[in-house]
Amino acid sequence: MNGCTERVYNGLIKENPTFVLMLGMCPTLAVTTSAINGVGMGLSTTVVLVLSNMLISMLRKIIPDSVRMPAFIVVVASFVTIVQFLLEGFVPSLYASLGLYIPLIVVNCIILGRAESYASKNPVVLSIFDGIGMGLGFTVGLTAIGLVRELIGSGKVFDYQLLPLADMSTGQAGYVPVTIFILAPGAFLVLAGLTALQNKMKINAAKKGKKVIEAAGCGEGCASCAGCSKTVFPTGNEKE
Amino acid sequence: MKELLIIAIGSAIVNNVVLSQFLGICPFLGVSKKVETASGMGGAVIFVITIASFITSLIYKFILVPLNISYLQTIVFILVIAALVQFVEMFLKKAMPSLYNALGVYLPLITTNCAVLGVALTNVQKDYGILTGVVNGIGTSLGFAIAIIIMAGIREKIEYNDISESFQGTPIVLITAALMSIAFFGFSGLI
Repeated sequence: MNGCTERVYNGLIKENPTFVLMLGMCPTLAVTTSAINGVGMGLSTTVVLVLSNMLISMLRKIIPDSVRMPAFIVVVASFVTIVQFLLEGFVPSLYASLGLYIPLIVVNCIILGRAESYASKNPVVLSIFDGIGMGLGFTVGLTAIGLVRELIGSGKVFDYQLLPLADMSTGQAGYVPVTIFILAPGAFLVLAGLTALQNKMKINAAKKGKKVIEAAGCGEGCASCAGCSKTVFPTGNEKE
Repeated sequence: MKELLIIAIGSAIVNNVVLSQFLGICPFLGVSKKVETASGMGGAVIFVITIASFITSLIYKFILVPLNISYLQTIVFILVIAALVQFVEMFLKKAMPSLYNALGVYLPLITTNCAVLGVALTNVQKDYGILTGVVNGIGTSLGFAIAIIIMAGIREKIEYNDISESFQGTPIVLITAALMSIAFFGFSGLI
């Protein structure tokens, strides 16, 4: 396996940002009310991630170490602004449903995390593929959560009515949607189920004596963001 | 005055920043193991968001809008917030060492707390003025503090519970958050 496919595999499966590293929890929970929103958010993040990885990798020898955090933030924020305007212009419906969470891509720890831990140390092409892998991994994670929530919460898949709904007035039998899954608590419940499943697999793997891949990127489990900023920011602080 | 009160209650309880808007999930899950640290984090967030919403409203109204560069808001706000957090940290260290000792560790974490940027952007989106923006900021950060302190209180009790192996750690915390979120739905008729 050459370097580029290895990066994509790494992002998609081995270090999947949603299920393994547990990064970027805010958009994961907030926009996954439907699968299509998950895809939209995932792809927007991917675009920002690939472009910012590319630019930061190009500039890695120019940016002085002491101001690298602010420099990264400016690069990421510029690309986020560009993506925001493109979405507003070309996909206004998606822009409306994602709303506030588009500009908030800036503070998504996946992007700053990859910039700090990968793009600032590696050549351009590898960084681009790292961005593609991580971005697609994030997209897959969001889409999976979105699919579960949309299916249970409204009986639809990608806006297609998969399960025929029950109709009280005509007495027709059918699926009664569990609306709570597309409301706020549903996000927490689905994510809780998925992480429990992942824990279960880890425990089984550990019992068989296999080596378990830990949330390698940033700290333990879901404290990731706190852990992440702990590792990311104080370095910026001391020198800033 | 009545409108301000409605905005404050609305953003603190009814549209709770963590439980219904999903901003600041990371510190909510990460720093909520003990009531003591959770209230420290809550205090630091109240402090920073209040100042940040004041300063970003000022910058938006008197710099970005007159110069016609309001499309730069995301870049400007995140830089202002990052700089502000640094500045607050330095200022507290010199001027109020006791407060710094209480909040110090949490301050650097706040830059990546999306609630801060979220409040600044909401203020712009909803066309809030400076005073309304600050009130919205106070309300939102109070909501964050309420949620994280309740969560920490529950987690301290969960420690003693017998939880099945695969649900230990993050999953049980997420389920607790889901139940809290359902409880907060009860406030939705308030305004």
